[in-house]
Amino acid sequence: MEAKTPLYQVHLDSGGKIVPFAGWLLPIQYAGGIAAEHIAVREAAGLFDVSHMGELMLRGKDALENVQKLMTNDLSGMYDGQVRYSPMCNEEGGIIDDLLIYKLNDEAYLLVVNASNRQKDVDWIKDRVFGECVFEDVSDSWAQLALQGPKAQDIIKKLCKEEELPVKYYSFTESMDVAGAGCLVSKTGYTGEDGYELYTAPENAVKLWQALMKAGEDYGLIACGLGARDTLRLEAGMPLYGQEMAEDITPFEAGLGFFVKLQKPEFIGKTALEAQKEPKRRRVGLELLARGIARTGDAVFLKDEKIGQVTSGTMCPYIKKAVAMALVESGSIQVGDSVSLEVRGRRIEAKCVELPFYKKGQ
Amino acid sequence: MSIPKDLLYAKTHEWVRLTQDGRAFIGITDHAQDALGDVAFINLCDEDENFNAGDVIGDIESIKAVTDIYTPIAGTVLSVNEELLDSPELINSEPYGAWLVELGDIEINDDLLDADAYELFLAEED
Repeated sequence: MEAKTPLYQVHLDSGGKIVPFAGWLLPIQYAGGIAAEHIAVREAAGLFDVSHMGELMLRGKDALENVQKLMTNDLSGMYDGQVRYSPMCNEEGGIIDDLLIYKLNDEAYLLVVNASNRQKDVDWIKDRVFGECVFEDVSDSWAQLALQGPKAQDIIKKLCKEEELPVKYYSFTESMDVAGAGCLVSKTGYTGEDGYELYTAPENAVKLWQALMKAGEDYGLIACGLGARDTLRLEAGMPLYGQEMAEDITPFEAGLGFFVKLQKPEFIGKTALEAQKEPKRRRVGLELLARGIARTGDAVFLKDEKIGQVTSGTMCPYIKKAVAMALVESGSIQVGDSVSLEVRGRRIEAKCVELPFYKKGQ
Repeated sequence: MSIPKDLLYAKTHEWVRLTQDGRAFIGITDHAQDALGDVAFINLCDEDENFNAGDVIGDIESIKAVTDIYTPIAGTVLSVNEELLDSPELINSEPYGAWLVELGDIEINDDLLDADAYELFLAEED
């Protein structure tokens, strides 16, 4: 039985097509369709219900030590109100999850995790918490909305004190009023655009959603579903857990080496990751040269040799290209090289291109 | 959901438009295009190919998924709608105008539904 977010009825009333996703019932799209939602986020703004995301708290004198042990990135030296991204690995260096870490203060860190991994993360962390640190799954206390796109700031500032909004990318305001709802607001997102993610109590979610939709009317804001969330992140070259990341894929292979700080004294997976700094596989971007869409699991060939497989593929509505990300043998191909993909029994030509496929402002 | 009265329908969500001189145009229904979402690409069979009812005559790629298209009736392909290769979005905007293939030498089968029966079928399937 899937859970419903506080916005479930609003999605139904707005024509959302509901699908089960990671244990939740969420809209995959609204009436206008994925492409229209995708383009609205690139050119104006889109509002997403991301209440399915998990929120975990680590509190206490040893909270930072715990986060440092669990995460591959270095979370020391953060200011209160800063966000950092990190993979969390197992002892073998495989990725358990990728998450955002919010530093509330020296003794309080909020972890925002993938819905599909929430229970696994909770079990993993619970078994490893040490010292003076209290670990709690607070997911049920939070609804989350993502307001994304170049008009996001114009829209949200109509509903709050503009000076309270976070200014820097990957920073947040812990407590502020937005349309009468108490919110944590971060300047973060998963679309490749500017925007905000707003965390609020579940009982505020409908009121906040409706106020944002109304405030965005004149700016071209539309409600967006999971479909556009996926095409937007893929066009922006962002990896997704379960596709580009898994427990048998390391951060180096997934192209997330920047978020592994081997100079840190100790963290789970460090020994394994040190040993394989030169990974056997790596994530690449591919652009399809003939009509077709590559899907997860499609084989990638260099001439007649299979060198890997597609992890995600779609038709990107904004750049209007069919693209894919793939995990291939290291050194087998580089940008500019031609490969072929086996898509439903047919070979489709593709070329290796730089990631991301789309970058804001270009 | 639009279901024109002058067409015949298959349970696999294709429509058939019969002409008076014994040809047939095949497309996908409004329900099918709505379920698929934004169509990105379409692949179609070649002219002069012969098909039995239920054979695959092409596929449609939407952002969400790919699906095979079946011909609900047997026949020989007289032409394919090449306009759709460049403008596949017409399948979303005009599902009953965007025919995929034109068949000649056709054999109608008894499984086809009229508009009322197809509407009932959709209601039951839902």
